[in-house]
Amino acid sequence: MKTFPHLVACEHCDSVYERTPLALGQLARCERCDAILYRASRLDVDRWLALTVAAAIVFVMANVCPVIYISFKGLHNEATLWASAAALAHGPAAPIAVPTAMSIIIVPFLQISLLGWVLMYARFGKRAPGFERAMRMLVALRPWSMVEVCLLGILVAVIKLSGFLQVAPGAGIWATALLMILLTLIANRDIHWLWEITEPARSAEEVQA
Amino acid sequence: MTGAVSARRLGVVSCHACGLVCQDTLPQEITPQAAHDPHVPGSDAPDNADRGRSYHVDCPRCGAPLHRRRPNSIARAWALLLAGLIFYIPANVLPVMYTSLMGKGSENTIMQGVIEFWKSGSYGIALVIFIASVLVPCTKFLVLGVLFVTSQRRSRWAMKERAKLYRMVELVGYWSMLDVLVVAVVAALVKFQGLSDIEPRIGILFFGMVVIMTMLSAMSFDPRLIWDGDTE
Ligand SMILES: [Zn+2]
Ligand SMILES: [Zn+2]
Repeated sequence: MKTFPHLVACEHCDSVYERTPLALGQLARCERCDAILYRASRLDVDRWLALTVAAAIVFVMANVCPVIYISFKGLHNEATLWASAAALAHGPAAPIAVPTAMSIIIVPFLQISLLGWVLMYARFGKRAPGFERAMRMLVALRPWSMVEVCLLGILVAVIKLSGFLQVAPGAGIWATALLMILLTLIANRDIHWLWEITEPARSAEEVQA
Repeated sequence: MTGAVSARRLGVVSCHACGLVCQDTLPQEITPQAAHDPHVPGSDAPDNADRGRSYHVDCPRCGAPLHRRRPNSIARAWALLLAGLIFYIPANVLPVMYTSLMGKGSENTIMQGVIEFWKSGSYGIALVIFIASVLVPCTKFLVLGVLFVTSQRRSRWAMKERAKLYRMVELVGYWSMLDVLVVAVVAALVKFQGLSDIEPRIGILFFGMVVIMTMLSAMSFDPRLIWDGDTE
């Protein structure tokens, strides 16, 4: 099948354009529907990988450290992200614990590990084993990653509870905030160009054909 | 017709997963709306529908199946939207949370939670929860409904604005998950036997389902259908 890597089709209205190189920080918009076609990446692969490693560390901290401490009449309690998702698993609303754990823990974990895997090889211009599947999964996972909603949820919970008991933020809340920023930087970007910088030898012929 | 050339006209199709523009070797009838499209040659041949079913083409780069438009886009999107709308009733009528304080227990629905915050003077939080759990889902039902109807009728009305509306729905839709996460955190924290206890209730399950169904509905809808009336 003939492919046209120099063309780009708008995902939102199907208009076709020729790809032109962009200056740093620029983005190409669709003339017809105004959607973003692609952006110039401000990150090279090395920096991207470094941020992904940082995200992995922060992810572990966000999951291990309690996000909130509370005390009430001399009794203390704390909660981590896992504990929060698990708290839903008790009682009649139990099934909702699964999508909750997915959106705040499992999906971010998969995004970080898949990106790390792909980028480790992309540094050397290579496609990692399972590159195709990893790239497709990264696209599919993006809408289900909800760390920012989780952070707002924690803040609302703090305000809700501070009415009748003592609430103190834990290290996990800062880690979650950092994770939100790092995930936005590493996962909410155009990953299409990884296909171009890792072009394998066999499809180079197809491009010329 | 605007200045830009559509992929359909060029005889190319772009991969949903990796964005690669490929030559269009798909059979004409693989998408349902192409079957009704008088501009696509061969689409009105009666026996085409059967031949197309078993035939599909994968992206040569990433292996994802290629489609001109997402398959059964509008039918699927409608079904998921209606499911979301049905779940929205128990999500609002049934309690989402049970709170007991010093032996006194009470159950709260989403709106009662908002009102409680408002009465206690936390206007900001009341507003945030109201926006995430009432305004966003209701706007989503309305906007998606309008988008589906206008696309089904191949309307050429306000196409650019409708495209923007769709992108807005995709951008803000998942914030509705807020209430589920608040209940999760609060229920995980407040567990003081006898003194105070907070537990999730069935309403939060329905509410979570509303968020998931409407997100899936928006994803099933192919925004390119908005522009398909513009082929003349
Ligand atoms: Zn466009
Ligand atoms: Zn592809």
